[in-house]
Parts: sequence; structure tokens; C-alpha cells
Amino acid sequence: MSILIDRQQCVGCGKCSDICPGSLIKTAPDKKAVIVYPRDCWGCTACLKECPTGAISFYLGADIGGQGSCMNIEKNGYITKWIIRQPDKEPITIETDSRTANKY
Amino acid sequence: MDKLILQYLHTDVLIAGGGTAGCYAALNLARNTKLHILIAEKAHIKRSGCLAAGVNALNAYITKNHTVDSYVDYAEHDAAGIARGDLLFTMSQRLNDCAADLERLGLVILKNPDGSYVERGPRNIKINGENIKPILAAAVSKLPSVEVYNHTSIIDFIVKNNTIYGAVAVNVLKPILYIIKAKTVLCCTGGASGIYRSNNPGFSRHKMWYCPFNTGAGMAAGMRSGAEMTTLEMRFIALRCKDTIAPTGTIAQGVGARQINSRGEIYEKKYGMETSNRLYGTVEEIIAGNGPCYLQTKGISPEQVLDLKKAYLNMAPAQTLRWLEQGTPDHNNVEIEGTEPYIVGGHAAAGFWISTKRQTTIKGLFAAGDTAGGCPQKYVTGTMAEAAIAAENIIKYHQSSAVSDDNIINFTQIAQYYQQKEEKYLTAAPGIFTIQDIEDAMQKNMDNYAGGIKTNYKYNSAGLTIACKAIVKLYETAQSLSAGNMRELTLIHELLDRLTICRFLIKHLEARQETRWHSFAENSDYPTIDNSFYKYVNSRLENGTVKIIYRPIIKRGEYYEHTN
Repeated sequence: MSILIDRQQCVGCGKCSDICPGSLIKTAPDKKAVIVYPRDCWGCTACLKECPTGAISFYLGADIGGQGSCMNIEKNGYITKWIIRQPDKEPITIETDSRTANKY
Repeated sequence: MDKLILQYLHTDVLIAGGGTAGCYAALNLARNTKLHILIAEKAHIKRSGCLAAGVNALNAYITKNHTVDSYVDYAEHDAAGIARGDLLFTMSQRLNDCAADLERLGLVILKNPDGSYVERGPRNIKINGENIKPILAAAVSKLPSVEVYNHTSIIDFIVKNNTIYGAVAVNVLKPILYIIKAKTVLCCTGGASGIYRSNNPGFSRHKMWYCPFNTGAGMAAGMRSGAEMTTLEMRFIALRCKDTIAPTGTIAQGVGARQINSRGEIYEKKYGMETSNRLYGTVEEIIAGNGPCYLQTKGISPEQVLDLKKAYLNMAPAQTLRWLEQGTPDHNNVEIEGTEPYIVGGHAAAGFWISTKRQTTIKGLFAAGDTAGGCPQKYVTGTMAEAAIAAENIIKYHQSSAVSDDNIINFTQIAQYYQQKEEKYLTAAPGIFTIQDIEDAMQKNMDNYAGGIKTNYKYNSAGLTIACKAIVKLYETAQSLSAGNMRELTLIHELLDRLTICRFLIKHLEARQETRWHSFAENSDYPTIDNSFYKYVNSRLENGTVKIIYRPIIKRGEYYEHTN
């Protein structure tokens, strides 16, 4: 499991590299974020939640059954939209609301 | 990069590690004293430690019809008696207060119309735990007496005459060496992952149950300083969803899914419902040729599927992605597997040997959370309770005459020693082996010879002897590693810390000559429980060797203070 950073959408704010619990993301000379140690990612998604432009998505490695889908998020107040893009399929969106508890 | 900038810091209380225990201890200290508090956090307190991704429920709560005593009974039974009654009891008394405090700080907890919390199980309540760390970090950032040093990793404690005077740390990003002078230190650095080879040793090697960045730093620093440790042999091995290593409790408790084998037989009752036996049963079914094993979810409703997807987005989003890629749990049962073993004091009972006050055997060094031994099943609220108890006793320690004068410590000499030592790693020419090579070798040895996944968690004396030799040699080899930057320097320390823990762990596994817990400590030389081992296995570094100490069981109602 690891992350992808879209260089077009990255605004170079540095928030992802500051928040990553493993210090795995660095800033390139052009200020864009780069995942330097993709194999060391825990998959906590802290960087996705911190990114102001939704430039970061995560995927499952092939060794744990990943099939190439990517998930990223859009945050709007209490609502988090989780957007899942699968190869050759329409994107799926699931919304979670931070004001409501898990039903389970 | 080869020169380190030296920086001296002064504080009253140093909190090593700003995870749940560290943040909550800071909050409790700042609420009750004017002491200066410094948190040294390897990552960033907003998303660090084992709750970086969130948590699915509060699993230590005294629900209706249950009592403090019944919680202690449960934890003692699950540990087959090897738990500290005094620690469990004093922790359990505060569980519900800690949950209420979390709610006041902003955690969402599901409620019944009468205002009581909705129960998920006999000891569990339902929450939205995705933002538990940001909530705690926000509360800490409002405290004027607390200074937070993010990206600051503790590499050693400063100890003389069995008394603590501070710690040595390095910055993970910039070439800075910190000498931190402190009157007391609270160790909250967490347990240790990465000791054994993980389920997916390739690209997804860090897709594990416990935080891969919790490397047992404080425990290892304590071991090197001569602190007594306890019950390291009670390893924790999680029963998880296959591949994603996501939690199974949410499915088991949420939709009442049972553990079944590939022949459709419900096997969980056959082996017992204790934490270790739920795992052991799965291992045994697979050995018997009845695997794979599953949680039986086929046929759950579409509403249940959506609620499960949302619940996992709040704590382990990989599982939701898995279901979208490979089919939802109403159509496919969820395959389960055991993880590699971890050394933790929050689920199991491994860690520092502490007094009822949560003080370690080193004066002025306290411990809480996953570093504190003897008190299993503490989870989030128990960790908070322990942090609050430690905070109270740290305040008392400062009020008493116990705080020692640090004039006897030559901090300049200590700074010179560490500057030289750390700069050696930064200037060394790269050798044949990389940090990763040595880590792989350590994990392979532990996996093959000290009861990892490869041997279905079983070990014996012959294998442990091989593991011990290998670990000693790897520790020597690791001394000549080279670091190209500060992150690599941190990785070297993490490796050395893990190797230190391996060395102690192997001695503990050898010393408990029985099988008290299946899988967690499956000693194939002694495959049954032996009541002469109804005692704690403790250890301490003495004259360079790991000395094993057996201690009698401490029951609830007793008050334990270190005397020898």
C-alpha cells in the first residue's frame, strides 16, 4: 500500500511531508511533494487528509491484492468525500460525516 | 551532511513520544501544575503513534451491568493470570472518566436517546475515531506550559546512579542533536513493531497492524539504562483481515460474524474465546488443512455493507478499497489471518516494570501506554487513564524532595560523546550492507527461530539459541552502518533499538518454560501450562548481560512500590 502525488494539483504547501508519521514525503527543488520511500508507507492516509487540493491518492500494492484502483478525498467541513477511481469504471463516491459515530 | 548542531533544552517534565499517552499526560500535567513540559515527538503529534490513522471504537469501557472488578476479572482471565492486579484496578477505575473527557475534547461517541453511550460489546462503545489524534493534539497546542518538538526522536536516556536527568535526541529532518535536561521523564514512545518479518515482506511490508514507526525506542533506551522490564514474552499477535491487516472486531461485533473454516464449520468455540485462542484456533484450522478461515459475512444486508465501508474509512480505508476492488462482504466472507508478533503493553503486558504510581525502576522515569508493562487490555481509554495516573505522581514527585540535583551530571561531556558517535554514522563510507539488509536479516531470524509466522508462532530452546547468536552478531554489524541523512540516522537507531528488544525478548521466551498463552508464547519444548510459572518473568541488564528475575504475582488491592 502506498500513495501517489499528482504534481499538477500539488501546490507545494509542505503539509503532507510535515504530517507523515514516517517522514516519507520530501519536497523537490520545485517545491512539489514527492514520496521518496513508497515501500515504507503504513497507509494511514494522514497525508490525504492534510492535502488542501486533493492531490494525493492511495492504492493497494499488487502483493496484497491491489488491482490498480486509487482512492482520494475531498473535504468540505464535516463531510469527507472518498472518491474511488477504478480502471475502466465510473468513479464511486462514499461520504463520511465527522459528526456521526461508526454504526459498528 | 556530517556535522551536527548541538542544542541544549531544559524542562521540568520531558514527555518522550506525543501519541495518545503523551498528549493526554501533557494535558493532565498542564491542568494541574505550572511545571514546564516538553514533548519530544518523532513525527508530528497531530498524526503520530498507533492512532495516526484513527481507531474504530473505545474498547475499554465499563458498560451497564459491568463493574471495575469485572473488567479486571476479564483482563486477568485473558492473560491467564499474568497481569498486575494493582495496575489493572487503578486503570479500570478511570476508564469511563477518560471516555467522558475525550467526548468533552470533541470526540463523537454514539448515544442512546437517554444520553448513555451505545454499546458495541460488553466493554466497547461506538465512536468516530478518525480524528482522535487531531483532537488530542489541538488540546495540547492550547496549553501555554507545553512546548512541542515535532520530528525529534529520543535516542537515549541520561541516567546516573539509577536516576534520570534527561534524554538525548536527534532531529529527524535537520542536523540537530538535542541534549534535553529534565527533572522527570515520562516514557510514551509506544511498543515495538518490525521485530518479526511481516505478513507481506515485499512492497507492502509496512501494511501491518501496529504502527511501523513505533520501534520501541523508549523501551530499548530503558533497557540500555538498566531499567527492569516485564512480560516481554507475552507477544501480541493480531487476528486481522487478510492482506489489508484491517481490524476484525468491527465485523465480528458489528454484524455478529462468526469465525468459520473453508468447510463452513464455525470453529471459534472449539478453541476458546480468549484473544490468544481466537488466533490459535485460526492457526490450528489452517494447519489441519481446513483453511482458509473467514469471518462469516455472506448474506448481510446492503445497509450493513455501507455501514461497514464507512466504519473502515474511519480507521482502515484499505479494507473499503479492497471490498470495492474484490467484492463486498455480503457476497464474500472476509478472509482472516494472524499477523507477525508485536511487543506492546496496551493489548498484551510487555513493557517497563512499574510501580502502582507508574514509575519505572529508574528514579524519575515514569511510563504509560504501550511502553508500560503488566497491564494488558488497556487500549485507548486505559492508556489515557495510565497517563493521568503517571501525571499525578510526577507532580507529587516534583513536590517532594525526590528531584535530584543535576550538578552531578556533566552534560557537556555527554554532548561531546553523542556528537562524536552520531557524526560517525553520518561520515562513515557506505559498507557492504545497508540498514534495510540488517533489518531484513533480523526479521528473518526472529521469524524462523523465535516463533514468527513461518513456524506458526512456535519456538523452542534450540531455535532461540540460534536467534540469540544471530541478533548479537547483527548488533555488532549495525555499528558500522552509514547514514546519508538524518532520516537514515534515525533508521539506524530504530534498528539498534529493535535489536536490543530482540535480545531481551529471546531471554524472556527462554525463561517462561511453559505454554501459558497459545500462539502468543507457544513454547514447543513445554507445550502445556505449568503452575510453577504463575509468576512474572522480568529482566534487567546487569554488567552487560540480560539477567532474568522472577517475581510473585501482585493482586488488585495491593500497592506496589519498588524495593529491590
